[in-house]
Amino acid sequence: MTRFHVRLAAAAAVVCLALAPAVLSPFSVTLMNYIGIYSLVAIGLALLTGVGGIVSFGQAAFVGVAAYATAWVSALNGQSPWLGLLFGVVLTCGVAAILGVVTLRLQGHFLSLSTVAWGLAIGFLFGNVEGLGRFNGISSIPPIHLGSLALVSSAQIYYLIWGIVALVLLLGYNLLDSRLGRAMRALRGGNTLVESLGINAFRIKLVTFVIAAFLASLSGWLYAHMSRFISPGPFDASMGIEYLMMTMVGGAGSLLGGVVGAAIVTLLKNSVQDYLPLIAKGASGQLEIVAFSALFILFLQWARQGIVPSIARYLPKIRRERPQPAPPLPRRPQPTPGELLLKVDGAERRFGGLVAVNNVSFEVRSGEILAVIGPNGAGKSTMFNCLTGALRVNKGEIVFAGRSIARDPQSRIAKAGVARTFQHVKLRPRMSLLENVMLGTYGRTSSGLLAGAFRLNQREEASARHEALMQLERVGLGDKPFELAGNLPLGNQRILEIARALAADPALLVLDEPAAGLRRQEKLRLAELLRALRADHLTILIVEHDMEFVMSLVDRIVVLDFGSKLCEGVPSAIRSDERVQEAYLGGVA
Amino acid sequence: MTSDIAAILAIDGIATGAVYALVAIGTVLIFTVTRVIFIPFGDIAAFTALTLAALDAKRFPGTGALVVALACLATLIEIISLIRNGEVRLLPRALLFYLAIPLAVVGIAWLAMRMDPPLAVRLVLALMLITPIAPLLDRIVFRPIADGTVLLLLTVSVALHFALVGLGLLFFGPEGVRTEPLTSFSTEFAGVLISGQTMLIVIAALVFSGLLYLFFDFTLVGKSLRATAVNRTGSRLMGIRPARAGTIAYLLGSLMAGVSGILIAPVNTVFYDSGFLIGLKAFVGAIVGGMTSYPGAAIGAVGVGILESFASFQSSALKDVIVFSLLIPILIWRSLASLHSEEEIEE
Repeated sequence: MTRFHVRLAAAAAVVCLALAPAVLSPFSVTLMNYIGIYSLVAIGLALLTGVGGIVSFGQAAFVGVAAYATAWVSALNGQSPWLGLLFGVVLTCGVAAILGVVTLRLQGHFLSLSTVAWGLAIGFLFGNVEGLGRFNGISSIPPIHLGSLALVSSAQIYYLIWGIVALVLLLGYNLLDSRLGRAMRALRGGNTLVESLGINAFRIKLVTFVIAAFLASLSGWLYAHMSRFISPGPFDASMGIEYLMMTMVGGAGSLLGGVVGAAIVTLLKNSVQDYLPLIAKGASGQLEIVAFSALFILFLQWARQGIVPSIARYLPKIRRERPQPAPPLPRRPQPTPGELLLKVDGAERRFGGLVAVNNVSFEVRSGEILAVIGPNGAGKSTMFNCLTGALRVNKGEIVFAGRSIARDPQSRIAKAGVARTFQHVKLRPRMSLLENVMLGTYGRTSSGLLAGAFRLNQREEASARHEALMQLERVGLGDKPFELAGNLPLGNQRILEIARALAADPALLVLDEPAAGLRRQEKLRLAELLRALRADHLTILIVEHDMEFVMSLVDRIVVLDFGSKLCEGVPSAIRSDERVQEAYLGGVA
Repeated sequence: MTSDIAAILAIDGIATGAVYALVAIGTVLIFTVTRVIFIPFGDIAAFTALTLAALDAKRFPGTGALVVALACLATLIEIISLIRNGEVRLLPRALLFYLAIPLAVVGIAWLAMRMDPPLAVRLVLALMLITPIAPLLDRIVFRPIADGTVLLLLTVSVALHFALVGLGLLFFGPEGVRTEPLTSFSTEFAGVLISGQTMLIVIAALVFSGLLYLFFDFTLVGKSLRATAVNRTGSRLMGIRPARAGTIAYLLGSLMAGVSGILIAPVNTVFYDSGFLIGLKAFVGAIVGGMTSYPGAAIGAVGVGILESFASFQSSALKDVIVFSLLIPILIWRSLASLHSEEEIEE
């Protein structure tokens, strides 16, 4: 399958949608309208939950804010619905931005719980604010006018709704395939990974959150002017859960899944309403929610993936062309070989009473490979985390390229030119090798949200793609750039991480136990690669456990033991040092 | 606001908070043992109140039918999974636990009903009828996804709550109930009238939390539950079955929720859907305790009760808005407080 086939399928879908009102009954068209309106929210949630990993139970509240905003403008103040749209979008995105700034730093389920909290709080507000009709709602909302044409019938507003859905899908997929979209897709890999790529994770989360709210506000605006009447009911907590359900049924992480999920849930609900009274007379209204919840629970028990990803597995892969040569990305000024690059001076890090790193000092000169070694519990990982900003030192100074980085957040340190790899490999397994390496170019590229959505970024994308391919070739993984990273064996995953780090054009490459878990052949290959990088004047700092690997490779070694520096020197000197032997072997007999 | 009003509001808040505290402790118990944030505990509390009201009115409560239906479903699921795993020899045990015992409970309650029992017996019957529900739901809903993420479990838990609300309307009808007070005693303290019911609520909350503490510290079963909460794999290696620990936790939790339902029924009118807000507010309390600390959860829940009491004096329409808005700063504080420990886990 090529991109042409995908476009053909999309065009066929658009034609089918355009012809639908001519074929379907008016009731079915109304149903389609609801599907479209719900889809917008579900697409936003797919982006937020599936792609970004932020589970929100509160999207219905955003729909409500926009719906009430436009109803207030148009029905209560007699202004145009288009002004209502503007007001609704601005208000919703504003509310979302404030909520996001406050809550998006929360961890894991605390974040989801906060969405329950504000979802409920905003939901209660609609029914209790004087001037918004309380529980009676707001009626006689005017229809949307396109020029002189009022969109009154369901077939008329149908085209507006599905036009917006199609546009949102197109822009959404463009965005996911851009610099910002890749950063969003990296979010599920955890803050440490994202920040290590020089990406401000909080900012990306905030942008994703506001985009999801924006889509919800479009949905609210359409809803208000389609049904011409609003009350608190459709924006309460249960609707928030229904949106989440649509997303999960369709397949979180897939924008198209949002539309499919919205369709399935809406149609299912409709048929439950139709057929349940036939099975159990008299109890219909209540059994509906029971049947519905039960189906949802069953679904989550049996198909956590969702429908679209399950089907997509059986479709042929989209064939892609190898990236063509393009103008190179800008490079940072590299330090001259031999010059002082990194200076750690009296670093100390405590955890309560435990001093994990105690008054450690060393220097790294440009162009050398330095290893920090030590037995288990020596403080290597803590030292590493302090260097990369994952932890702050309590005392002491860390100077990189003449600037103190001891108090900098991870993303700042990464941007300054320190690229790292992880002991427990952190790749995005569902992204291709090429896309994983392109993540490394984030700091060297600049296109933003709109450029990504409207494809104004093509020149930069081509350069980034080419750069990523060059780095893949440099580490010897250039033959299958479109393979998924999760399919690689561990040794190659480590090497892929190095390629990703190289794509950031670093001045210093920091490797966290790169040889851990590798087989002998893989270790040899890794050592060879690192030697080749040194020959390219790259400076490398290795934190390692594996003596054999280190001894034959590095220029100098710093030995840590119980948090303090034991000694420092060239490998042969370290090998014969009695203190080192004692630390490793527990005393000379 | 005069100091008299403040005192009345505070006492009212403490009573409400004590009810939340019981549910909150149950929530923490379930979360630590099974990682499920069991939102439907509020529903269990509300169902207990409705059950008691039905018993008072000499009607057999819908809870009986609910338990029978859940027991049949759970038995069916258990039998299928046992046969699939080739563990047919465990069938009699499964039938005993998932079918015979729940049915026996319903049967006993039905027989006892015909003898026109006194209030104390009715209380026991209501609790008996309510306790099998959560463990059965655990078997049906959560056991198949026990390995899932906290978020998956939370999502399912929320969906389960909605199913229960629907079932509640089906089995109990739309009418609200208010049961007769358990005591008519009242006393005056520092010029403020305190009803016996209020005192009873606070005392019951203290007694049950105390009992739970003794259970955890001085019984082997209690210790096995704590072990499961700390480390599932580790306790499994020590021969503790997480599934069994989960069942015990659900039983205990629903007992606490049931007691809180009985206590709140004479004070507030309870509807089939009143449980959600009880559960959520208890949950806010549980979060204050970081979802791990029982005293923290109890203190948090009482705090929520007092806050709600004062908020409803200021603006009864917006009291829930106020309570849930205040959850956000609490969450932020908790998240920041737990950040440190997560960092240490990484080391």
